[in-house]
Amino acid sequence: MSKTNQPTLQGISSNKTKLRISAIFIIIVGFYLFTSIKTESSLLDLWNGKNGFINIAQSLFPPHWSYASTVMPQLIETLHMAIIATTVAALISIPISLLSAANLFPNPFIHQPVRFIMNVLRTIPDILLALIFVGIFGVGVFPGIMALIIFSLGLLAKLLYETIESIDMNPIEAIRASGGNTLQVITYAVMPQVLPQFVSFGLYVFEVNVRASLVLGFVGAGGIGLLLNQQVSWANYPNVMTIIIIIFISVVIIDYISNKIRERLI
Amino acid sequence: MTEFTLPPKPKKTPWQKMRPYIIGIILLAIYIWTFTSIEIRWSRVFSQHTIESLTRVIPQLFSPDWSAFGKVMGLMWETLLMAYTGTLMAAILAIPFGFFAARNMVRNKFLNTASKWALNAIRAFPELVLALMFVAAVGPRPFAGVIAIAIGSIGMLGKLYSEVIESIDMNVVEALEANGANKLQVLVYGIIPQIIPEFLSYAIYRFEIDVRASTILGIIGAGGIGTLITIATTNRNWSEVGLILLVIIVVVTLIDIISAQIRKRLV
Amino acid sequence: MIEFKDVSLVYPNGTQGLKNINLQINPGEFVVVVGLSGAGKSTLIRSINRLVKPTGGDLLIDNENILNYGSRELRKLRTKVGMIFQNYNLVKRSSVMKNVISGRLGHTGTLRSMFNLYPKEDLALAYRSLERVNIADKLYQRSDQLSGGQQQRVAIARVLTQQPNIILADEPVASLDPPTSHQVMTYLRKVNKEDNITTIVNLHFIDMAMEYADRIIGMRAGEVVYDGPVSDVNEATFEEIYGRKIRDEDRVGGSEDE
Ligand SMILES: Nc1ncnc2c1ncn2[C@@H]1O[C@H](COP(=O)(O)OP(=O)(O)OP(=O)(O)O)[C@@H](O)[C@H]1O
Ligand SMILES: [Mg+2]
Repeated sequence: MSKTNQPTLQGISSNKTKLRISAIFIIIVGFYLFTSIKTESSLLDLWNGKNGFINIAQSLFPPHWSYASTVMPQLIETLHMAIIATTVAALISIPISLLSAANLFPNPFIHQPVRFIMNVLRTIPDILLALIFVGIFGVGVFPGIMALIIFSLGLLAKLLYETIESIDMNPIEAIRASGGNTLQVITYAVMPQVLPQFVSFGLYVFEVNVRASLVLGFVGAGGIGLLLNQQVSWANYPNVMTIIIIIFISVVIIDYISNKIRERLI
Repeated sequence: MTEFTLPPKPKKTPWQKMRPYIIGIILLAIYIWTFTSIEIRWSRVFSQHTIESLTRVIPQLFSPDWSAFGKVMGLMWETLLMAYTGTLMAAILAIPFGFFAARNMVRNKFLNTASKWALNAIRAFPELVLALMFVAAVGPRPFAGVIAIAIGSIGMLGKLYSEVIESIDMNVVEALEANGANKLQVLVYGIIPQIIPEFLSYAIYRFEIDVRASTILGIIGAGGIGTLITIATTNRNWSEVGLILLVIIVVVTLIDIISAQIRKRLV
Repeated sequence: MIEFKDVSLVYPNGTQGLKNINLQINPGEFVVVVGLSGAGKSTLIRSINRLVKPTGGDLLIDNENILNYGSRELRKLRTKVGMIFQNYNLVKRSSVMKNVISGRLGHTGTLRSMFNLYPKEDLALAYRSLERVNIADKLYQRSDQLSGGQQQRVAIARVLTQQPNIILADEPVASLDPPTSHQVMTYLRKVNKEDNITTIVNLHFIDMAMEYADRIIGMRAGEVVYDGPVSDVNEATFEEIYGRKIRDEDRVGGSEDE
């Protein structure tokens, strides 16, 4: 900023701003051109790529409805994985989020390490976790559930400790002043304040887990993804379409129910 | 002391009285159904095999194979490029969706609802499912991943954009219209200045998500570092997986930090 | 009996909260502490249940130095010292009953309290405490549905449920209008007389201090600058404590109406 602000008329925004915006714009677009060449992304390829999207789109119809009976058990398995993982993650995340809340445990040697671990967990893609667990426990739903638990733990713990840090501290002081111990402070002064949000976040993480569990089967970690991967590689497109429609409908229904419950909670 | 009873609780409607039980029964039913039908092969989970893998995999994961560093960084770079291309495509293509879905811009209920539904429909699919489709369509290369990222991001950005547009100050728009500005002028002087910072902020936020998403697209052949993950895990080369893990954690964390800084300055 | 023997308190940031305090407060006394904002009234009161810890001197309650207490003894002490706050400090989303019964926490095992398993006598005690402050009819209401005065009465009931020997009240009426303030002070006074509970109240309204106190302690800059029975106190005393002329805002006005 210059100290003297002489009002010289030079258009609505100053030359400096214009220059900066143009520079940013050029960088963004230039980098885009560079990246699209690097990643060989040309939209034309969508039409005349290997099989051509239009060709595939046509062969998706009509869906093969009788295949649905094969898909349903896998879909249910997927949901069960999400249910178990969300439940376990929710239970574990309660003590963890309490420990990472700076207002309850002001000692940074307690809350900082816990937060750090949770931050790291959140950056690891769930499917990569699944791959590692498949390597350890063999294929099946167990590694999938483990991967979902670890990933959602990081997410849930963060949402929860941020909620805990925003609570009213007055009742906590009152319970402490009347001789309550830490556990009593938590059950009487913290929990009532955060419970609705806890449940709401639990449901949200369930939605996230449902989406995540749909694809775990790609790496042998259970659920509907196995079928989808198979049918695509066999180019059995009517079956693929059936799976996609089933996935779509179930995700929409689950999101709808979960949203309705969350709206009533808060 | 005489026998003491608290006064009766206030009368509840039958529904209020039953509600906790109904919720309890539903939850119980869901859990019974889940735990009785899930097929976890405990014999495999707690087998000799597992113990062997644990003792082999875990130590290797924590001793990254630095000789693969160049290769891993190269593919991580490709991953970032994919995310960038996909996010930028989406950031632009989502604009019309956002306008169509915004009730204060397009006063046509049918168009509003249709575009909202389209955006919701896109968000129902995980990126990896989209990517699988595009790998089938355009072959196993980064482009498939880019398209999957772009489409997935349009779902979220379109929705956020429409919310931004619906929250703008319409008085400015009306004032310009009253001054006789045409539609394009209203857009350029009245609307765009109000929405640009938030649009950018959301696009950058979405870039964070897309970086995470693109790290795994390679697992199904859609380019990026995921390609290497598949190879390394099938070869049981866990120290290379360890390095990939480390690189992903560091890069994703850095991008989150930078992006948060930029977004803070924008709004 | 509460005895301050040369008690000092320096906050971690270097602020001197209390300077060489020497006081003796007898059982059943109703003491009002007055002083300008920042004089150290809250610090004084909060030392007594060790919400803040003095850094020098001895603080004896019933001849035990509470400054040596470990966390277990401290919790035991706190069950005997009730506290009332300016902002009531109720758990807003919980019912009145749940808030009042939480006064028993220090007397109840952790597990029992987590599952709400209180003995009948405790529930009866909680209910009677609510009756004593005339708010038993709100028993099952959520606390955030009550007015400020009602919430402060619930807070008094919570303290009564504790069956304390001492009640500390840190500006209990600062968020209330004049008639409600008098009502709350009247209840505090009533409890003090009926149960012979030593009561120490911080106030900054001089007319209110005069009306309810047995004894007045004046503070300035962390020091006790006045200490005497209310009968000896007049406007000049306050001007001395405050170090300035009395203004209109130092009076709450209104008087008891119930
Ligand atoms: N936690 C703390 N850390 C540092 N200094 C503090 C702390 N609490 C209080 N102080 C300081 O100690 C001094 C006495 O504060 P105290 O809260 O006891 O005053 P008070 O008489 O209660 O005032 P008020 O009428 O405003 O409540 C003040 O200078 C205050 O700034
Ligand atoms: Mg104070």
